[in-house]
Amino acid sequence: MAELTEIGIAEARDLLSKGEVSSVELTTAHSVAMAEAQSLNAMITETPAQAKAMAAASDARRAQADGGEVGALEGIPLAIKDLFCTNDVLTTAGSHILDGFKPPYESTVTDKLWKAGAVMLGKTNMDEFAMGSSNETSYYGPVHNPWRRQGDGGDNRNLVPGGSSGGSATAVAGRFAMAATATDTGGSIRQPASFTGTVGCKPTYGRCSRWGVVAFASSLDQAGPITRSVRDNAIMLGAMAGYDPKDSTSANKAVPDFEAALTGDVRGLKIGVPKEFVLDGMPVEIEALWQQGIGWLKDAGAEIVDISLPHTKYALPAYYIIAPAEASSNLARYDGVRFGLRVDGSDLTEMYENTRAAGFGAEVRRRVLIGTYVLSAGYYDAYYLKAQKVRRLITQDFRDVYEQVDAILTPSAPSAAFAIGEKSDDPISMYLNDVFTVTANLAGLPGISIPAGLSDEGLPLGLQVLAPAFDEETMYRIAGVLEEAAAFTAQPEKWWRSAS
Amino acid sequence: MSVDKATVARIAHLARIGVGEDELEPLAAELSGILNWIEQLNEVDTETVPPMASVHDEALRWRADVINDGGKQADVVANAPDGDNDGDGAFFTVPKVIE
Repeated sequence: MAELTEIGIAEARDLLSKGEVSSVELTTAHSVAMAEAQSLNAMITETPAQAKAMAAASDARRAQADGGEVGALEGIPLAIKDLFCTNDVLTTAGSHILDGFKPPYESTVTDKLWKAGAVMLGKTNMDEFAMGSSNETSYYGPVHNPWRRQGDGGDNRNLVPGGSSGGSATAVAGRFAMAATATDTGGSIRQPASFTGTVGCKPTYGRCSRWGVVAFASSLDQAGPITRSVRDNAIMLGAMAGYDPKDSTSANKAVPDFEAALTGDVRGLKIGVPKEFVLDGMPVEIEALWQQGIGWLKDAGAEIVDISLPHTKYALPAYYIIAPAEASSNLARYDGVRFGLRVDGSDLTEMYENTRAAGFGAEVRRRVLIGTYVLSAGYYDAYYLKAQKVRRLITQDFRDVYEQVDAILTPSAPSAAFAIGEKSDDPISMYLNDVFTVTANLAGLPGISIPAGLSDEGLPLGLQVLAPAFDEETMYRIAGVLEEAAAFTAQPEKWWRSAS
Repeated sequence: MSVDKATVARIAHLARIGVGEDELEPLAAELSGILNWIEQLNEVDTETVPPMASVHDEALRWRADVINDGGKQADVVANAPDGDNDGDGAFFTVPKVIE
């Protein structure tokens, strides 16, 4: 049997059902690997005791079922992004302002995971309030990517894992969580998946409940899984998704059997390749990977169609009005009165101002200020309303092309992982990381990043498949074929085990 | 569009974030850089385009007007950073607002 931390959900499910391994064994192996990986700073809170108790309960349920039906994730150890509220377990959103916050309730998504039998290993580090593309804005410090540059360019510098779900991606890539929850507002699942050689899916807006997920930009936020394979991803999304009356934007749609969509057959599917995603100065290796992906799908019998999404270049500027505007409103609740940090002042206003000055980091402050500005009297029409109109044009672009094609293939990110500190001084160059992912958030569409190759420096690169709303099945079907063609088996060396 | 120090001070107050005098100038430069980059949206003709607030076409659902939760006062105040000075744990507290 392979080392227990090296197997994925599907394989673990088989071993568990045959009784060849217990959830306690699986869970303990991951908790131990997690403790050995503390130098990566991927976790804000580790919960090994709770994990062991949940695993033991899972093993007992399985024994009781006596070979009968068990939950879809029965006994599977997961890491949870620290944006999901977990009952009585510290939930920080990577921010100082949520110091000590222990929610007295459970988010719908995590509740569904526990009901499906999953086990919680701990809470993962992330960019503060999910605002960032490198995990460097966390109050708890940056996460280190398990991957390092190899060959001539290799200098052992620590790289970012991407963000905002950098801790989740690192826990999965570093083999100390079998899979992890994540969230994606502009690319925060797909870009870190691309940077760490993992599979990350942002489903259709409304597929997973946002109830109990700390809000960043409510019209864009969506939860999804980060896993080691497309099959694992489909299994886990099935357990996370579903209608929730507690979220008024939750879609009242049946959840299909995503795993059954992995037929391995894409013959006759039309795959769009958008010309606007060819960027000036795009690294040659990204362009080459994209061409490789096109070739794989052609070989598998799909038809490639050149398409145009004419408003693509306006997606990021529109996003950087809409997301900060929604954030400035959502983050108004952090006022030092009801939960988290409080810094006293001589009167109520000063207490608010002192609390929020101390509690928010530089990037969060920047976005709250931008959001406040674009919503303020005299600027609302010029900025916020304008951005909402451009958002409609971007959405319409997709509706038009989905008349002609079944799905779209693009790179996931414009580069491989970069070094810690390399981009943190220039907000706009950091924002450009999401250039390929952000349109799917504005239009509410599902997208997945799968590891498809290595850069010249030996770092993972991802390809992204986008599909029409509520057609994750086609997305998974294509991702499965790409995964098989890419046969991506590279893994980072576990250098951190000796570094601690 | 660029913003000046006075504008940054005004929006920081609107957002209730204390910003030191020495931080206003660098923040004005940062925010101006971002706003200038955003200006490219003006290239897009949106004269006849209705704004889009949500990807949902349909109206938001109504829920039944019934009590379906509650009686959790202790849970509600459990995370309050300034424990209730009266000692019964029943209230959020703030600095004195009314003289």
